[in-house]
Amino acid sequence: MAADLWTALFIAILAAFTGYEVIGRVPVLLHTPLMSGSNFIHGIVLVGAIVALGIATTPLEQAIGLVAVVMGAMNVTGGYVVTERILAMFDRSKKKGGSA
Amino acid sequence: MTAGVGTVIDAVYVVAVLAFILGLKAMSSPETARRGIAYAGAAMLAAVVATFFSPGLSNFALIALGVIVGGGIGWYWARVVKMTAMPQMVAVFNGMGGGAAAAIAGVVLLSSLSNPADAGLSVAGAVIGSISIAGSVVAFLKLQGWMRQRPIVYPARQPINLTVLGVGVAFGVYAVVRVDTLFLLPFFVLLLVYGVLLTLPIGGADMPVVISLFNALTGIAVALDGFALVNGPLGDAGYAMVIAGVLVGAAGSLLTILMARAMNRSIGNVVFGAFGAVEETGVTMQGSMKPIEPDDAAVLMAYANQVIIAPGYGMAVAQAQQKVKELADLLEAKGVAVKFAIHPVAGRMPGHMNVLLAEAGISYDKLFDRDEINPEFATTDVVLVIGANDVVNPAARRVGSPLQGMPILDVDQAKNVLVIKRGQGKGFAGIENDLFYKENCRMLYGDAQQVVGKLVQALKRS
Repeated sequence: MAADLWTALFIAILAAFTGYEVIGRVPVLLHTPLMSGSNFIHGIVLVGAIVALGIATTPLEQAIGLVAVVMGAMNVTGGYVVTERILAMFDRSKKKGGSA
Repeated sequence: MTAGVGTVIDAVYVVAVLAFILGLKAMSSPETARRGIAYAGAAMLAAVVATFFSPGLSNFALIALGVIVGGGIGWYWARVVKMTAMPQMVAVFNGMGGGAAAAIAGVVLLSSLSNPADAGLSVAGAVIGSISIAGSVVAFLKLQGWMRQRPIVYPARQPINLTVLGVGVAFGVYAVVRVDTLFLLPFFVLLLVYGVLLTLPIGGADMPVVISLFNALTGIAVALDGFALVNGPLGDAGYAMVIAGVLVGAAGSLLTILMARAMNRSIGNVVFGAFGAVEETGVTMQGSMKPIEPDDAAVLMAYANQVIIAPGYGMAVAQAQQKVKELADLLEAKGVAVKFAIHPVAGRMPGHMNVLLAEAGISYDKLFDRDEINPEFATTDVVLVIGANDVVNPAARRVGSPLQGMPILDVDQAKNVLVIKRGQGKGFAGIENDLFYKENCRMLYGDAQQVVGKLVQALKRS
């Protein structure tokens, strides 16, 4: 049983360095979209919420599981749309001098 | 339950995790940013759909209901909200992630409290997730203006907060040790209260840093939930959560540090400093604020060698960016060089101003960050400050000022400074602005959009 936890810990260490390296040299300009984008990525919590509700048995567990799924789904869709809307503006600026 | 389905699901998780990393990487460069969110989005969709087919899952109707309701609300809300409200939307959706993490931990605690490893990890996930949702909601209320933005302080703040946190965590630990779900209720309640108490003393100007911090915390909470799930029947979803959660936790922490550094502050100072709650004493302003008519201001700008525009949150609130673009075009038509000075924390989030000006069609080569533009102010005829306050306050150079040490735009060194401001009130940090009392500074009172509109009219006539 503990083997899985150790495996997860090894993975976590590598992921931590990856996260750090990946955004190490990000320009200030992209801080907001990046925050929003990483906000979307932790929407993976929805997967956990589906599993939690999927294995819930008592009504209380089901109720809390449902709350988890609703919130996780909001995190995913809201996070995606906000990030996409912010980044959409960056595209428009490529047409230099173009008016909105 | 077949091994085949499980293998396919695992493969999807692996590809999804890879796409998250590549997506995050792509999002840290302007050219590839949009591609990055597309990668991450596709990965997320695949991971969620794959999870549906996990063997042994029940409560399908409830899951579908939750995904449709939550997804629908999130999608609709994010679509209709104005661009100026983006910072608080990030706070809300981040809070939802934290809440989901806390709720997952709740389910795990209720169903497998007897497993000390999983229960302990879930307690940790619940602590961080609860703080993240409660704090994010307060951040949202403050930025939305539904709650006082100034720091809310009360006596013995740190001891009280620490006690609430300590007792809350103790309830959680006790629940695990005694294997008694009864203690979980006060545990969650106290942690939520702590999240609120932690955020109340933080002023609106510091919210971007705090939202970023909560974002990193949610990532860590998700990872802790993942740890608790890897032993369970559907453990591979746990690995995906560990990787994505830690990825966000690390990237988010770094981002938080970068943001705090842009304000020359430490994260500890931002979170626990109740910045702006204390008024500086013993300083009286010399001189007075001197108003100027829009017509006169327009003439001043029309005959300048160069006009530098320093926008702030006031421009965003007034939705003045279109008018500002018009103003810049008119000035350039008259042969005046126009540049924009963007302070890293102007607006409510780093990059907020860039986003809004880009929305109005102002090209990036006219936007300059603080370090690039600061040497130019001394040789510039006119600086137009639109709804910015603390980031142009020379008090930051004065020892003893609450703003001391914060890097600012040196607009006061220009020959003339025009300030568009709603009223005579103080800035976001609640500190008097020395700039407004300077000899070379003139005030244009009013809503930014209307005032810039008047400037445009005056320029067209001249």
